[in-house]
Amino acid sequence: MYRELRSHIISLLNAGTRLDGRKPTEYRKPIEVEYGTLKTAEGSARVRIGETEVFVGVKMEVGEPYPDTPDEGTIIVGAELLPLSNPEFELGPPGIQAIELARVVDRGIRESKAIDFKKLCIEKGEKVWMVIIDICPINDAGNLFDASSLAALAALKDAKYPSFDGEKIDYKVKTDKKLLLEKMPIAVTVVKIGDKFIVDPDTEEEKAIDSRLTVSSIEDGTLCALQKGGDFPLTVEEIDKMLDIGIEKGKELRKRL
Amino acid sequence: MSKIMVNDKAISVPGETLAVGMDVLPGIGTYREGEKIVANRLGLAMIDGRTIKLIPLSGRYSPKTGDTIICKVIDVGFNGWRLDTNSAYSAMLSMKDATSDFIARGANLTQYYDLGDYIVCKIVNVTSQKLIDVTMKGPGLRKLKGGRIIEVDPNKVPRIIGKQGSMVVMIKDASKCNIVVGQNGLIWIDGEPINELLAIQTIRKIEKESHTSGLTDKIKEYLEKNGKKN
Repeated sequence: MYRELRSHIISLLNAGTRLDGRKPTEYRKPIEVEYGTLKTAEGSARVRIGETEVFVGVKMEVGEPYPDTPDEGTIIVGAELLPLSNPEFELGPPGIQAIELARVVDRGIRESKAIDFKKLCIEKGEKVWMVIIDICPINDAGNLFDASSLAALAALKDAKYPSFDGEKIDYKVKTDKKLLLEKMPIAVTVVKIGDKFIVDPDTEEEKAIDSRLTVSSIEDGTLCALQKGGDFPLTVEEIDKMLDIGIEKGKELRKRL
Repeated sequence: MSKIMVNDKAISVPGETLAVGMDVLPGIGTYREGEKIVANRLGLAMIDGRTIKLIPLSGRYSPKTGDTIICKVIDVGFNGWRLDTNSAYSAMLSMKDATSDFIARGANLTQYYDLGDYIVCKIVNVTSQKLIDVTMKGPGLRKLKGGRIIEVDPNKVPRIIGKQGSMVVMIKDASKCNIVVGQNGLIWIDGEPINELLAIQTIRKIEKESHTSGLTDKIKEYLEKNGKKN
Protein backbone atom coordinates (compact mmCIF):
# COMPACT_ATOMS: atom_id res chain seq x y z
CA MET A 1 0.00 0.00 0.00
CA TYR A 2 2.78 2.44 0.83
CA ARG A 3 5.52 1.07 -1.41
CA GLU A 4 6.28 4.39 -3.06
CA LEU A 5 6.37 6.22 0.26
CA ARG A 6 8.58 3.58 1.82
CA SER A 7 11.11 3.55 -1.01
CA HIS A 8 11.21 7.34 -0.90
CA ILE A 9 11.88 7.33 2.84
CA ILE A 10 14.63 4.75 2.40
CA SER A 11 16.32 6.75 -0.32
CA LEU A 12 16.19 9.80 1.95
CA LEU A 13 17.63 7.80 4.85
CA ASN A 14 20.47 6.63 2.62
CA ALA A 15 21.25 10.30 2.08
CA GLY A 16 21.22 10.77 5.88
CA THR A 17 18.00 12.76 6.10
CA ARG A 18 14.24 12.33 6.52
CA LEU A 19 11.00 13.63 5.09
CA ASP A 20 11.05 16.74 7.26
CA GLY A 21 14.82 17.22 7.07
CA ARG A 22 15.61 15.75 10.47
CA LYS A 23 18.60 13.49 11.16
CA PRO A 24 17.73 9.80 11.72
CA THR A 25 18.05 9.99 15.50
CA GLU A 26 16.63 13.43 16.09
CA TYR A 27 13.40 14.22 17.88
CA ARG A 28 10.96 16.76 16.54
CA LYS A 29 10.96 20.20 18.12
CA PRO A 30 9.69 21.52 20.40
CA ILE A 31 9.46 18.96 23.18
CA GLU A 32 7.32 20.62 25.83
CA VAL A 33 6.11 19.36 29.17
CA GLU A 34 3.44 21.29 31.06
CA TYR A 35 2.39 20.25 34.56
CA GLY A 36 -0.97 20.50 36.30
CA THR A 37 -3.06 21.23 33.22
CA LEU A 38 -6.23 19.52 34.45
CA LYS A 39 -7.81 20.87 37.64
CA THR A 40 -10.02 17.90 38.48
CA ALA A 41 -7.21 15.36 38.32
CA GLU A 42 -4.82 14.66 41.19
CA GLY A 43 -1.95 14.99 38.77
CA SER A 44 -1.84 15.91 35.12
CA ALA A 45 0.47 16.88 32.34
CA ARG A 46 0.44 17.91 28.73
CA VAL A 47 3.29 16.85 26.49
CA ARG A 48 4.03 18.06 23.02
CA ILE A 49 6.55 16.47 20.70
CA GLY A 50 6.43 18.42 17.48
CA GLU A 51 2.76 18.40 16.54
CA THR A 52 1.89 15.35 18.60
CA GLU A 53 0.05 16.36 21.74
CA VAL A 54 -1.01 14.18 24.66
CA PHE A 55 -2.86 14.88 27.90
CA VAL A 56 -2.47 12.51 30.82
CA GLY A 57 -4.48 12.66 34.01
CA VAL A 58 -3.86 10.77 37.24
CA LYS A 59 -6.75 9.95 39.56
CA MET A 60 -6.37 8.27 42.93
CA GLU A 61 -8.91 5.99 44.50
CA VAL A 62 -9.06 3.81 47.57
CA GLY A 63 -9.82 0.18 46.96
CA GLU A 64 -9.25 -3.33 48.12
CA PRO A 65 -5.85 -4.89 47.34
CA TYR A 66 -5.47 -8.04 45.28
CA PRO A 67 -5.53 -11.15 47.52
CA ASP A 68 -2.00 -12.21 46.48
CA THR A 69 -0.49 -8.81 47.35
CA PRO A 70 -2.43 -7.62 50.41
CA ASP A 71 0.08 -4.86 51.26
CA GLU A 72 0.49 -3.35 47.81
CA GLY A 73 -1.44 -0.69 45.92
CA THR A 74 -1.69 -0.76 42.17
CA ILE A 75 -1.75 1.28 39.00
CA ILE A 76 -4.27 1.09 36.18
CA VAL A 77 -3.41 2.60 32.83
CA GLY A 78 -6.03 3.33 30.21
CA ALA A 79 -5.73 4.98 26.82
CA GLU A 80 -8.47 6.30 24.64
CA LEU A 81 -7.62 7.18 21.05
CA LEU A 82 -10.04 9.96 20.23
CA PRO A 83 -11.22 10.43 16.65
CA LEU A 84 -10.36 14.08 17.05
CA SER A 85 -6.67 13.22 17.21
CA ASN A 86 -6.49 11.16 14.03
CA PRO A 87 -9.13 10.58 11.34
CA GLU A 88 -8.32 6.87 11.37
CA PHE A 89 -9.40 6.43 14.99
CA GLU A 90 -12.98 5.52 15.74
CA LEU A 91 -15.22 5.74 18.76
CA GLY A 92 -16.11 2.61 20.66
CA PRO A 93 -14.33 0.13 22.86
CA PRO A 94 -10.52 0.42 22.81
CA GLY A 95 -8.89 -1.35 19.88
CA ILE A 96 -5.53 -3.09 19.57
CA GLN A 97 -3.66 0.19 19.21
CA ALA A 98 -5.15 1.75 22.33
CA ILE A 99 -4.60 -1.38 24.40
CA GLU A 100 -0.98 -1.68 23.28
CA LEU A 101 -0.36 1.98 24.05
CA ALA A 102 -1.78 1.62 27.55
CA ARG A 103 0.15 -1.57 28.22
CA VAL A 104 3.48 -0.17 27.05
CA VAL A 105 3.07 2.85 29.32
CA ASP A 106 1.90 0.60 32.18
CA ARG A 107 4.82 -1.79 31.83
CA GLY A 108 7.41 0.99 31.77
CA ILE A 109 6.14 2.38 35.07
CA ARG A 110 5.44 -0.99 36.71
CA GLU A 111 8.61 -2.85 35.81
CA SER A 112 10.97 0.03 36.54
CA LYS A 113 9.45 0.12 40.06
CA ALA A 114 8.93 3.85 39.57
CA ILE A 115 6.20 3.73 42.21
CA ASP A 116 6.78 1.73 45.38
CA PHE A 117 3.48 -0.16 45.57
CA LYS A 118 4.06 -0.91 49.26
CA LYS A 119 3.89 2.80 50.02
CA LEU A 120 0.40 2.90 48.51
CA CYS A 121 -0.87 0.60 51.25
CA ILE A 122 -3.18 2.22 53.80
CA GLU A 123 -4.35 -0.81 55.77
CA LYS A 124 -2.98 -4.23 54.96
CA GLY A 125 -5.49 -6.45 53.19
CA GLU A 126 -8.21 -3.81 53.50
CA LYS A 127 -7.44 -0.51 51.89
CA VAL A 128 -4.84 0.59 49.37
CA TRP A 129 -4.42 3.51 47.00
CA MET A 130 -5.13 2.77 43.36
CA VAL A 131 -3.48 5.10 40.89
CA ILE A 132 -5.43 5.47 37.67
CA ILE A 133 -3.55 6.90 34.73
CA ASP A 134 -5.59 8.01 31.74
CA ILE A 135 -3.98 8.81 28.43
CA CYS A 136 -5.75 11.11 26.04
CA PRO A 137 -4.06 12.06 22.77
CA ILE A 138 -5.23 15.42 21.45
CA ASN A 139 -3.29 15.20 18.21
CA ASP A 140 -1.61 12.13 16.80
CA ALA A 141 1.13 13.26 14.46
CA GLY A 142 3.14 10.12 15.12
CA ASN A 143 5.02 8.56 18.03
CA LEU A 144 2.22 8.39 20.59
CA PHE A 145 4.23 5.85 22.60
CA ASP A 146 7.03 8.21 23.59
CA ALA A 147 4.76 11.20 24.08
CA SER A 148 2.31 9.21 26.23
CA SER A 149 4.88 7.63 28.49
CA LEU A 150 6.61 10.96 28.98
CA ALA A 151 3.27 12.57 29.78
CA ALA A 152 2.31 9.74 32.15
CA LEU A 153 5.55 10.17 34.06
CA ALA A 154 5.12 13.93 34.20
CA ALA A 155 1.55 13.53 35.48
CA LEU A 156 2.71 11.11 38.19
CA LYS A 157 5.41 13.55 39.18
CA ASP A 158 2.74 16.23 39.52
CA ALA A 159 0.30 14.03 41.47
CA LYS A 160 -0.69 14.83 45.08
CA TYR A 161 -2.81 12.64 47.34
CA PRO A 162 -6.37 13.88 47.90
CA SER A 163 -7.47 14.19 51.52
CA PHE A 164 -8.72 10.93 52.96
CA ASP A 165 -10.24 10.55 56.44
CA GLY A 166 -10.26 6.76 56.51
CA GLU A 167 -13.79 6.56 55.13
CA LYS A 168 -14.24 8.94 52.25
CA ILE A 169 -11.99 10.78 49.85
CA ASP A 170 -12.53 14.49 49.47
CA TYR A 171 -11.31 15.21 45.96
CA LYS A 172 -11.83 18.94 46.44
CA VAL A 173 -8.98 19.09 48.97
CA LYS A 174 -5.52 18.16 47.85
CA THR A 175 -2.89 17.42 50.47
CA ASP A 176 0.75 18.44 50.17
CA LYS A 177 1.81 14.83 50.14
CA LYS A 178 3.22 13.95 46.78
CA LEU A 179 3.16 10.61 45.07
CA LEU A 180 6.81 9.60 45.36
CA LEU A 181 8.58 8.55 42.20
CA GLU A 182 11.59 6.35 42.85
CA LYS A 183 12.72 6.04 39.25
CA MET A 184 12.22 7.91 36.02
CA PRO A 185 11.44 5.42 33.28
CA ILE A 186 11.50 6.97 29.81
CA ALA A 187 10.27 5.13 26.73
CA VAL A 188 11.94 5.68 23.39
CA THR A 189 10.58 4.01 20.28
CA VAL A 190 13.28 3.06 17.81
CA VAL A 191 11.98 2.26 14.35
CA LYS A 192 13.59 0.20 11.63
CA ILE A 193 12.90 1.10 8.01
CA GLY A 194 14.97 -0.80 5.45
CA ASP A 195 18.26 -1.29 7.29
CA LYS A 196 18.20 2.10 9.00
CA PHE A 197 17.12 3.06 12.50
CA ILE A 198 15.22 6.21 13.34
CA VAL A 199 13.53 7.68 16.40
CA ASP A 200 10.35 9.73 16.70
CA PRO A 201 8.59 8.69 13.46
CA ASP A 202 5.93 11.05 12.15
CA THR A 203 2.60 9.88 10.71
CA GLU A 204 3.98 9.16 7.27
CA GLU A 205 7.02 7.30 8.55
CA GLU A 206 4.77 5.21 10.79
CA LYS A 207 3.02 3.93 7.66
CA ALA A 208 6.31 2.68 6.24
CA ILE A 209 7.93 1.00 9.24
CA ASP A 210 9.30 -2.56 9.12
CA SER A 211 9.53 -3.00 12.87
CA ARG A 212 9.67 -0.94 16.01
CA LEU A 213 11.05 -1.46 19.47
CA THR A 214 9.95 0.62 22.43
CA VAL A 215 12.80 0.80 24.93
CA SER A 216 12.09 1.93 28.49
CA SER A 217 15.11 2.77 30.60
CA ILE A 218 15.80 4.53 33.88
CA GLU A 219 18.39 7.17 34.85
CA ASP A 220 21.43 4.90 35.02
CA GLY A 221 20.62 3.28 31.67
CA THR A 222 19.08 0.13 33.16
CA LEU A 223 16.52 -1.42 30.87
CA CYS A 224 13.10 -2.01 32.37
CA ALA A 225 10.74 -2.84 29.53
CA LEU A 226 10.66 -3.60 25.83
CA GLN A 227 7.88 -3.82 23.32
CA LYS A 228 8.38 -5.05 19.79
CA GLY A 229 5.94 -4.17 17.02
CA GLY A 230 5.75 -4.19 13.25
CA ASP A 231 5.65 -7.04 10.76
CA PHE A 232 9.34 -7.90 10.41
CA PRO A 233 11.70 -9.76 12.76
CA LEU A 234 14.82 -8.28 14.32
CA THR A 235 18.24 -9.90 14.73
CA VAL A 236 20.13 -9.84 18.04
CA GLU A 237 22.64 -7.32 16.64
CA GLU A 238 19.84 -5.06 15.49
CA ILE A 239 18.20 -5.17 18.89
CA ASP A 240 21.56 -4.31 20.49
CA LYS A 241 21.87 -1.27 18.27
CA MET A 242 18.28 -0.20 18.94
CA LEU A 243 18.79 -0.51 22.70
CA ASP A 244 21.85 1.74 22.53
CA ILE A 245 19.92 4.37 20.60
CA GLY A 246 16.92 4.04 22.93
CA ILE A 247 18.89 4.45 26.14
CA GLU A 248 20.89 7.37 24.82
CA LYS A 249 17.82 9.20 23.52
CA GLY A 250 16.06 8.44 26.81
CA LYS A 251 18.69 10.51 28.63
CA GLU A 252 17.95 13.38 26.30
CA LEU A 253 14.21 13.17 26.88
CA ARG A 254 14.61 12.92 30.65
CA LYS A 255 16.16 16.40 30.75
CA ARG A 256 12.81 17.80 29.58
CA LEU A 257 10.98 16.70 32.72
CA MET B 1 -32.83 49.70 -8.53
CA SER B 2 -30.66 47.24 -6.67
CA LYS B 3 -28.23 48.03 -3.96
CA ILE B 4 -24.90 46.32 -3.23
CA MET B 5 -24.32 46.21 0.50
CA VAL B 6 -20.64 45.24 0.67
CA ASN B 7 -17.37 46.63 -0.66
CA ASP B 8 -15.29 44.73 -3.16
CA LYS B 9 -13.07 42.12 -1.43
CA ALA B 10 -14.87 42.58 1.91
CA ILE B 11 -14.85 39.62 4.27
CA SER B 12 -18.35 38.15 4.45
CA VAL B 13 -19.84 35.62 6.83
CA PRO B 14 -22.56 33.03 6.13
CA GLY B 15 -26.00 34.66 6.25
CA GLU B 16 -24.73 38.13 5.49
CA THR B 17 -26.79 40.06 2.97
CA LEU B 18 -24.51 41.06 0.12
CA ALA B 19 -26.98 42.85 -2.10
CA VAL B 20 -30.68 43.64 -2.48
CA GLY B 21 -32.43 43.70 -5.85
CA MET B 22 -33.29 41.50 -8.77
CA ASP B 23 -30.79 42.85 -11.29
CA VAL B 24 -27.77 41.57 -9.34
CA LEU B 25 -26.96 37.89 -9.86
CA PRO B 26 -25.76 35.39 -7.24
CA GLY B 27 -22.39 33.74 -8.11
CA ILE B 28 -20.44 30.91 -6.49
CA GLY B 29 -20.79 30.81 -2.70
CA THR B 30 -24.00 32.88 -2.61
CA TYR B 31 -27.69 32.28 -2.99
CA ARG B 32 -30.84 34.29 -3.60
CA GLU B 33 -33.44 34.68 -0.93
CA GLY B 34 -36.34 36.75 -2.23
CA GLU B 35 -34.84 40.09 -3.19
CA LYS B 36 -31.65 39.50 -1.29
CA ILE B 37 -28.35 37.86 -2.21
CA VAL B 38 -26.92 36.09 0.81
CA ALA B 39 -23.46 34.62 1.49
CA ASN B 40 -23.40 30.91 2.32
CA ARG B 41 -19.79 30.65 3.39
CA LEU B 42 -16.91 32.63 4.86
CA GLY B 43 -14.95 34.43 2.21
CA LEU B 44 -14.14 37.55 0.27
CA ALA B 45 -17.03 39.06 -1.66
CA MET B 46 -16.05 39.90 -5.22
CA ILE B 47 -18.21 42.18 -7.36
CA ASP B 48 -17.83 41.22 -10.98
CA GLY B 49 -20.10 43.36 -13.11
CA ARG B 50 -23.64 42.27 -12.24
CA THR B 51 -22.70 39.13 -10.33
CA ILE B 52 -21.50 38.80 -6.79
CA LYS B 53 -19.36 35.80 -5.92
CA LEU B 54 -17.52 34.66 -2.81
CA ILE B 55 -13.92 33.54 -2.83
CA PRO B 56 -13.79 31.05 0.06
CA LEU B 57 -11.05 31.47 2.66
CA SER B 58 -10.99 27.81 3.67
CA GLY B 59 -12.81 24.56 3.16
CA ARG B 60 -12.53 21.27 1.33
CA TYR B 61 -12.15 20.78 -2.36
CA SER B 62 -15.30 20.50 -4.39
CA PRO B 63 -14.87 18.69 -7.74
CA LYS B 64 -15.28 20.69 -10.94
CA THR B 65 -15.25 19.52 -14.56
CA GLY B 66 -11.92 20.20 -16.23
CA ASP B 67 -9.81 20.22 -13.07
CA THR B 68 -6.52 18.34 -13.05
CA ILE B 69 -6.28 16.57 -9.73
CA ILE B 70 -4.00 14.13 -7.92
CA CYS B 71 -5.83 11.03 -6.71
CA LYS B 72 -5.03 7.94 -4.71
CA VAL B 73 -6.25 4.54 -5.88
CA ILE B 74 -8.50 3.12 -3.17
CA ASP B 75 -10.13 0.23 -4.99
CA VAL B 76 -9.51 -1.88 -8.07
CA GLY B 77 -12.70 -3.26 -9.60
CA PHE B 78 -13.60 -5.36 -12.61
CA ASN B 79 -13.76 -2.52 -15.08
CA GLY B 80 -11.90 0.32 -13.50
CA TRP B 81 -10.45 1.99 -10.45
CA ARG B 82 -11.98 3.98 -7.63
CA LEU B 83 -9.99 7.02 -6.59
CA ASP B 84 -9.83 9.17 -3.49
CA THR B 85 -10.06 12.77 -4.67
CA ASN B 86 -9.33 14.46 -1.34
CA SER B 87 -12.94 15.67 -1.33
CA ALA B 88 -16.18 14.23 -0.01
CA TYR B 89 -16.73 12.22 -3.20
CA SER B 90 -14.68 9.49 -4.81
CA ALA B 91 -13.97 9.36 -8.52
CA MET B 92 -14.27 6.54 -11.01
CA LEU B 93 -11.60 5.83 -13.60
CA SER B 94 -12.99 3.45 -16.17
CA MET B 95 -10.79 1.06 -18.12
CA LYS B 96 -11.28 2.80 -21.41
CA ASP B 97 -10.14 6.14 -20.01
CA ALA B 98 -7.17 4.69 -18.14
CA THR B 99 -4.69 3.86 -20.84
CA SER B 100 -4.27 3.70 -24.59
CA ASP B 101 -2.76 0.19 -24.22
CA PHE B 102 -4.83 -2.83 -25.13
CA ILE B 103 -6.13 -4.48 -21.96
CA ALA B 104 -6.96 -8.16 -22.43
CA ARG B 105 -10.21 -9.54 -21.05
CA GLY B 106 -9.84 -10.46 -17.40
CA ALA B 107 -6.37 -8.89 -17.15
CA ASN B 108 -5.03 -8.04 -13.72
CA LEU B 109 -5.76 -4.34 -13.44
CA THR B 110 -3.29 -3.81 -10.61
CA GLN B 111 -0.43 -3.93 -13.11
CA TYR B 112 -1.58 -0.53 -14.37
CA TYR B 113 -2.59 1.17 -11.14
CA ASP B 114 -2.35 -0.61 -7.82
CA LEU B 115 -3.91 0.22 -4.46
CA GLY B 116 -2.21 3.20 -2.88
CA ASP B 117 -0.74 4.53 -6.13
CA TYR B 118 -1.06 8.23 -6.81
CA ILE B 119 -2.10 9.38 -10.26
CA VAL B 120 -2.63 12.72 -12.00
CA CYS B 121 -5.95 12.73 -13.80
CA LYS B 122 -8.48 15.11 -15.24
CA ILE B 123 -12.15 15.39 -14.32
CA VAL B 124 -14.33 14.91 -17.41
CA ASN B 125 -17.71 14.97 -15.75
CA VAL B 126 -19.34 15.68 -12.40
CA THR B 127 -23.00 14.72 -12.17
CA SER B 128 -25.56 16.51 -10.03
CA GLN B 129 -25.21 13.58 -7.61
CA LYS B 130 -21.47 14.26 -7.50
CA LEU B 131 -20.41 11.11 -9.30
CA ILE B 132 -17.02 11.97 -10.74
CA ASP B 133 -15.57 10.55 -13.95
CA VAL B 134 -11.89 11.08 -14.65
CA THR B 135 -9.59 10.36 -17.55
CA MET B 136 -5.89 9.62 -17.92
CA LYS B 137 -5.81 10.68 -21.56
CA GLY B 138 -4.18 14.06 -21.98
CA PRO B 139 -0.82 15.78 -21.65
CA GLY B 140 0.85 15.32 -18.28
CA LEU B 141 -1.69 12.80 -16.97
CA ARG B 142 0.18 9.82 -15.56
CA LYS B 143 0.99 7.66 -12.60
CA LEU B 144 3.32 9.31 -10.09
CA LYS B 145 6.43 7.29 -9.35
CA GLY B 146 8.78 8.17 -6.51
CA GLY B 147 8.69 11.54 -4.84
CA ARG B 148 6.25 12.50 -2.15
CA ILE B 149 2.79 13.95 -1.74
CA ILE B 150 1.93 16.90 0.47
CA GLU B 151 -1.47 18.32 1.27
CA VAL B 152 -2.35 21.99 1.15
CA ASP B 153 -5.53 24.00 1.47
CA PRO B 154 -7.31 23.60 -1.92
CA ASN B 155 -8.38 27.25 -1.77
CA LYS B 156 -4.73 28.31 -1.81
CA VAL B 157 -3.89 26.29 -4.91
CA PRO B 158 -4.40 29.23 -7.32
CA ARG B 159 -1.86 31.24 -5.30
CA ILE B 160 0.64 28.38 -5.36
CA ILE B 161 0.32 28.08 -9.13
CA GLY B 162 0.40 31.86 -9.70
CA LYS B 163 -0.51 33.76 -12.86
CA GLN B 164 0.07 31.42 -15.81
CA GLY B 165 1.96 29.17 -13.45
CA SER B 166 4.57 31.82 -12.60
CA MET B 167 4.84 30.89 -8.94
CA VAL B 168 5.22 27.15 -9.37
CA VAL B 169 7.73 27.64 -12.20
CA MET B 170 9.79 29.83 -9.88
CA ILE B 171 9.79 27.12 -7.20
CA LYS B 172 10.66 24.46 -9.77
CA ASP B 173 13.61 26.50 -11.03
CA ALA B 174 14.93 27.33 -7.58
CA SER B 175 14.54 23.86 -6.11
CA LYS B 176 15.28 21.82 -9.24
CA CYS B 177 12.37 19.56 -8.28
CA ASN B 178 9.62 18.09 -10.37
CA ILE B 179 6.34 19.47 -9.04
CA VAL B 180 2.76 18.64 -9.97
CA VAL B 181 0.01 20.69 -8.32
CA GLY B 182 -3.46 19.13 -8.22
CA GLN B 183 -6.48 21.43 -8.00
CA ASN B 184 -7.68 19.27 -5.12
CA GLY B 185 -4.87 20.39 -2.84
CA LEU B 186 -2.46 17.50 -3.27
CA ILE B 187 1.00 18.35 -4.50
CA TRP B 188 3.60 15.89 -5.74
CA ILE B 189 7.27 16.80 -5.33
CA ASP B 190 10.30 14.85 -6.47
CA GLY B 191 13.92 15.93 -6.27
CA GLU B 192 17.02 15.90 -4.10
CA PRO B 193 16.14 15.62 -0.37
CA ILE B 194 17.34 19.08 0.59
CA ASN B 195 15.72 20.65 -2.45
CA GLU B 196 12.42 18.91 -1.77
CA LEU B 197 12.49 20.45 1.69
CA LEU B 198 13.06 23.92 0.23
CA ALA B 199 10.12 23.43 -2.14
CA ILE B 200 7.85 22.29 0.72
CA GLN B 201 8.88 25.15 2.99
CA THR B 202 8.23 27.62 0.18
CA ILE B 203 4.79 26.15 -0.49
CA ARG B 204 3.93 26.33 3.21
CA LYS B 205 5.03 29.97 3.23
CA ILE B 206 2.77 30.74 0.26
CA GLU B 207 -0.10 28.98 2.01
CA LYS B 208 0.43 31.07 5.12
CA GLU B 209 0.82 34.40 3.36
CA SER B 210 -1.58 33.80 0.48
CA HIS B 211 -3.77 36.77 1.42
CA THR B 212 -0.97 39.34 1.19
CA SER B 213 -0.15 41.30 -1.94
CA GLY B 214 3.23 41.30 -3.64
CA LEU B 215 3.61 37.63 -2.79
CA THR B 216 5.59 36.72 -5.91
CA ASP B 217 8.35 39.16 -5.02
CA LYS B 218 8.42 37.97 -1.43
CA ILE B 219 8.73 34.35 -2.49
CA LYS B 220 11.43 35.23 -5.01
CA GLU B 221 13.42 36.87 -2.24
CA TYR B 222 12.80 33.91 0.07
CA LEU B 223 13.97 31.41 -2.53
CA GLU B 224 17.11 33.44 -3.28
CA LYS B 225 17.96 33.69 0.41
CA ASN B 226 17.28 30.08 1.31
CA GLY B 227 18.26 28.47 -1.98
CA LYS B 228 21.86 29.71 -1.67
CA LYS B 229 22.45 27.70 1.49
CA ASN B 230 22.12 24.45 -0.42
